[in-house]
Amino acid sequence: MTQSAEEPAGIVETLGISKVYEGDIQALKGINLGFPEGRMTTLLGPSGCGKTTLLKIIAGLLEPTEGEVQVSGVPITGPGPERALVFQDFALMPWASVIRNVGFGLELRGMPKGEREETARRYIEKVGLAGFEDRYPHELSGGMKQRVGLARALAVNAQVLMMDEPFSAVDEQTRRQFQEDLLHLLSVEKKTVIFVTHSIEEAVYVSDRIVLLSPRPGRVSKIFHPAIDRSRSPDQIRRDAAYLDTVEEIWQMVKQYLD
Amino acid sequence: MTLFGYRIPTFAAVLLWGALWEAIGQTGSIFILPPLSSVLVAFVELVQRGNFHAAAWLTLKTFSYGMGLAVVVGIGLGFLMGRVEAANRLLGMWVNIFASAPLSSLVPVLMLLFGLGDTTIIVTVFMFAVWIITLDTFAGVRHVNPSLLEMGQSFGATRWQLYVKLIFWAALPEILAGIRLGLIRGVKGVVIGQLLVSVVAFGQLFAVYSRNFLFEKFWALAIVIFAFALGLSGLIGKLEHRVEYYAGSRG
Repeated sequence: MTQSAEEPAGIVETLGISKVYEGDIQALKGINLGFPEGRMTTLLGPSGCGKTTLLKIIAGLLEPTEGEVQVSGVPITGPGPERALVFQDFALMPWASVIRNVGFGLELRGMPKGEREETARRYIEKVGLAGFEDRYPHELSGGMKQRVGLARALAVNAQVLMMDEPFSAVDEQTRRQFQEDLLHLLSVEKKTVIFVTHSIEEAVYVSDRIVLLSPRPGRVSKIFHPAIDRSRSPDQIRRDAAYLDTVEEIWQMVKQYLD
Repeated sequence: MTLFGYRIPTFAAVLLWGALWEAIGQTGSIFILPPLSSVLVAFVELVQRGNFHAAAWLTLKTFSYGMGLAVVVGIGLGFLMGRVEAANRLLGMWVNIFASAPLSSLVPVLMLLFGLGDTTIIVTVFMFAVWIITLDTFAGVRHVNPSLLEMGQSFGATRWQLYVKLIFWAALPEILAGIRLGLIRGVKGVVIGQLLVSVVAFGQLFAVYSRNFLFEKFWALAIVIFAFALGLSGLIGKLEHRVEYYAGSRG
């Protein structure tokens, strides 16, 4: 639970990222962050702190006003195959079946149908949706839709997985189950994950490295490394002293921003 | 529909109005309205006549050309205006004016430009149909969920893939609605064109029948055209129904 004085070199680096929107609204200011390989880093902050803006800049969907993003030491110029995104509102194609949605990233790359459906099927099973391959998004619950979104991002086999408040449109019961499944899945998949959330509990539960952003303009306020024993059961983790202390500590800091 | 607790089938309304028509026609009080039964007799005669076949063929041909052109240009313009702000600023005003203007008044001018032949009628159909298709396509393209586009971009879609695999499908419900409305306007266009331009095909038949007080034939022909317009729009309506399942769930 200490703020690291020195950021570890990461597979993804943001170097002096600032973003000014039209009308002089400063969304982000001087963001220097490294995202270490194979780890999950959470960007946490109240609404208006620019965390989604930062994620979209890293994804290559937005251009920073200043600074640059490097992936494996190379500056990015836009989206790339080494980064995959999971969307807050799922962003599924409502006219396409689950299997086509999951295989869509591969379809765009020109992979033949048989091959991409085989891959898609594998990931549909991994996210626990086996049997739903031929269903359509409107037939699925919010939690299931997001599983489709996750499978689609995993199917392209990118090194970096970015998740933009993936559980905010999912109901509470489903969310906990999904968080646990996600952690389990990521422990197998070995991805570098950048996870955006506004929920303190969620941030502390899913990640060992939490970047707290301050609002207007978004700056790195503090970086937390909660030392939580992850080998225990989910219910035990949620009652763990380190877990509860970290949640409380972050809450005390966030409270200042709410006024 | 239920009436006094009884379920009335939908086609009962048609029977009711048909019976009313027959009754009023039998009294002979309105000279332009012969009894429905004699109209139906005239209908059977009409569809067997050679000049009807020629007129129908010519009408269908000019209608199809005009409509085909309107669909292609309308969808193209709608996409352009939906995606390029400058095009929207430049063209939006004109499309809106033409979509609501009484286009019949322009037909004589078209006649001067394109002569007395099929071309004028094709252009008339086109002018009647194209603007509503443009407007609806534009609306569809404008309302594509932005995160769907971000999704495409983040997974490396090329500009072409973005259009063909995402924007087109996302806008399809609106595009089909535009085509359905365009078809109905196009049918108006083809008849008005034929009437105003050179009095050919159905226009000629309409003119001859009304001038000579042959109202059985006149109404029989009207029924043919109404049925054609309704049938076509019903067909597109079916297609629309197939994409309806996602039209409401695009968020």
